[in-house]
Amino acid sequence: MSSRDDILGRVRARLNRTPENAAAGRASLEATLAERAQGPRPALPTQKSALTERLVEKSLGYSSSVDRIGSYAEAPAAVARYLAGLNLPPRAVVWPQLAHLDWAGAGLAVEARGARDRDLVGITGCFCAIAETGTLMLCGGPESPASVSLLPETHIALVPASRIVAGMEEAFALARAELGALPRAVNFISGPSRTGDIEQTIVLGAHGPYRVHLILIGDK
Amino acid sequence: MESRAHRFKQNAVDSLANPVLQASMKKAKGKFVDKRAIAIKEIDDFEATREAAKRIRNQVIENLDLWLEKFEQTATARGAKVLWAKDGAEICRLVVEIGKQHGVKKAVKSKSMLSEEAGLNLALAAAGIQPVETDLGEYILQINDNEPPSHIIAPVVHKSLDEVADLFHKTHHTPRKTDIPQLTREAREVLREHFLTAEMGISGGNFLIAETGSVALVTNEGNGRMVTTLPRVHVVVTGIEKVIPTLEDLATLMRLLPRSATGQSISNYVSVLTGTKAEGESDGPEHLYFILVDNGRAEVVGSEFQDMLRCIRCGACMNHCPVYQTIGGQAYGWVYPGPMGSVLTPLYTGLENALDLPHAATLCNQCGVVCPVKIPLPELLRKLREKQVERHLRPWFERLAFRLWAWVASRPALYGLGTRFAVRYLEWLADGKGSISRLGLAPEWTQGRNFPAPEGKTFRELYAQRGRNG
Ligand code: SF4
Repeated sequence: MSSRDDILGRVRARLNRTPENAAAGRASLEATLAERAQGPRPALPTQKSALTERLVEKSLGYSSSVDRIGSYAEAPAAVARYLAGLNLPPRAVVWPQLAHLDWAGAGLAVEARGARDRDLVGITGCFCAIAETGTLMLCGGPESPASVSLLPETHIALVPASRIVAGMEEAFALARAELGALPRAVNFISGPSRTGDIEQTIVLGAHGPYRVHLILIGDK
Repeated sequence: MESRAHRFKQNAVDSLANPVLQASMKKAKGKFVDKRAIAIKEIDDFEATREAAKRIRNQVIENLDLWLEKFEQTATARGAKVLWAKDGAEICRLVVEIGKQHGVKKAVKSKSMLSEEAGLNLALAAAGIQPVETDLGEYILQINDNEPPSHIIAPVVHKSLDEVADLFHKTHHTPRKTDIPQLTREAREVLREHFLTAEMGISGGNFLIAETGSVALVTNEGNGRMVTTLPRVHVVVTGIEKVIPTLEDLATLMRLLPRSATGQSISNYVSVLTGTKAEGESDGPEHLYFILVDNGRAEVVGSEFQDMLRCIRCGACMNHCPVYQTIGGQAYGWVYPGPMGSVLTPLYTGLENALDLPHAATLCNQCGVVCPVKIPLPELLRKLREKQVERHLRPWFERLAFRLWAWVASRPALYGLGTRFAVRYLEWLADGKGSISRLGLAPEWTQGRNFPAPEGKTFRELYAQRGRNG
């Protein structure tokens, strides 16, 4: 007997499975999947502007920094400013999705591709951002490689204010509506990577980025 | 992992006598507790959220066979291979086979308790595949001669900075340093090299989502992301009880897991991974395997211990346990410490192999109060004790003593006489000092603590007096 049949067989025996109660069980399973019931939710403001403020406050709480600009066209200059402020070279790897922005015009040398080990700065967009916890939702794909938000020491994310949602539930609903099936890698990111393993002392920059910088677009 | 749970008493005595461990445990004690207390205040209705989480987990366990079939179907539809393992040996065999099939020489691992249950690292090394732990804590343990973890989310909570400094100096051949950010940087650089060269990533799974066939991974360090983004093969090793129905359920559980574990509103990274690398994608694994593991779980389904299968491995019960806080995790002798371990170890490795664990608790119910999925841990511990007695696994003198007590307790006059006598005896032992340092009939009670001397009369005497005085 295969291990699969053995394990499932024992689970079935323990649950007193019969053909009749299996049919009922399947019906309730499908009903659960169709219903997608939500659990209790913390109260959040409903106005867009209040959600944006919540996202900013929470992101800062997670040791991210936040800048606000009016439009995508201003993004390259905002990135250049941020890098100069940190004394970092004006070089970055960027999501292919964002390659069309005028990076060179702002004095930045960008390469549109997945990140490699020595890349210092990664620029990404985001699928949406979650106000409840100050979290970015990134969906991986050929135009939005997951490595760009992971390998470089500095992660800069362009976040359109129009894509700020209340909670994870709205983020998933948006993904279902716009993408159908989930892409391979959905990453929820809340601030730089961290560890507290040695004597519970929090250190930023474990394996992922040391800093996460949000550039909020379009609420100015 | 071979269980040392049968030596619990000796392990605990050793832990109490280890000054480094004692100092580390004292330092850690309040931190998790305080942070959790603050974080749960952000949830408007924490009780209702716990209730919802309990319902989500129960719903799956009550029809576990059907949910597993569903998950298998959705995961397979997205290109994953779903394999099944009855026990640790089968986990090892499957992972080694997958490694060989794909020409793997090195495997990077993000924390997986199942791989600890199986002793997977030893099996991989024996098969010529180098296993590298990448969670900082797990890495520290691995370079210290594969020391076992002492906490499910903070594996080196028992270790001091000095010990880590010595280990890095010895292993990396670098100047000794005691600056924690510098040590973390050093580990980052050493491990980065491994991430880039490993052909296989092995992870656990916090949840398996039936709706989408995905695994959800929760980490702060980002090692979970590395392990599942860079190598060309990804193997998820996780227990059969980890299935949840929908993404909405993940949202609910994510409001509880990080808050209960580290006191964060959310962990830095939550990854929901589905299927293999898509066409044109520059990263992600070409091959994805799920190994769904029984290792004792199936037998708990439908039993009086079924509640335990709801566990989401947050560690809150151990953080709040006075026994754990004092002896640390390694004394429990197997993969899972604290109250959850005291239930899981006997259930998964056999009641007779962990006789003392169900007694390693004061039944103060701190664990039951903080558990985010409302597992009645003290009740389960009590049931395990009963099982031990039923199966004649307690020593004969203990059984005799309880039977004697039951006989006396059902005879009020005799009971009253007995308790009066006992109180006078204890007072005599204390000799006016208020506490007793050696109990003649139960020496273990007073090995690590003093026994308070009784003051005045017995309850029955006082009750009788009050009755007379009105
Ligand atoms: S038993 Fe409850 S508190 Fe303990 S680890 Fe499991 S879920 Fe957390």
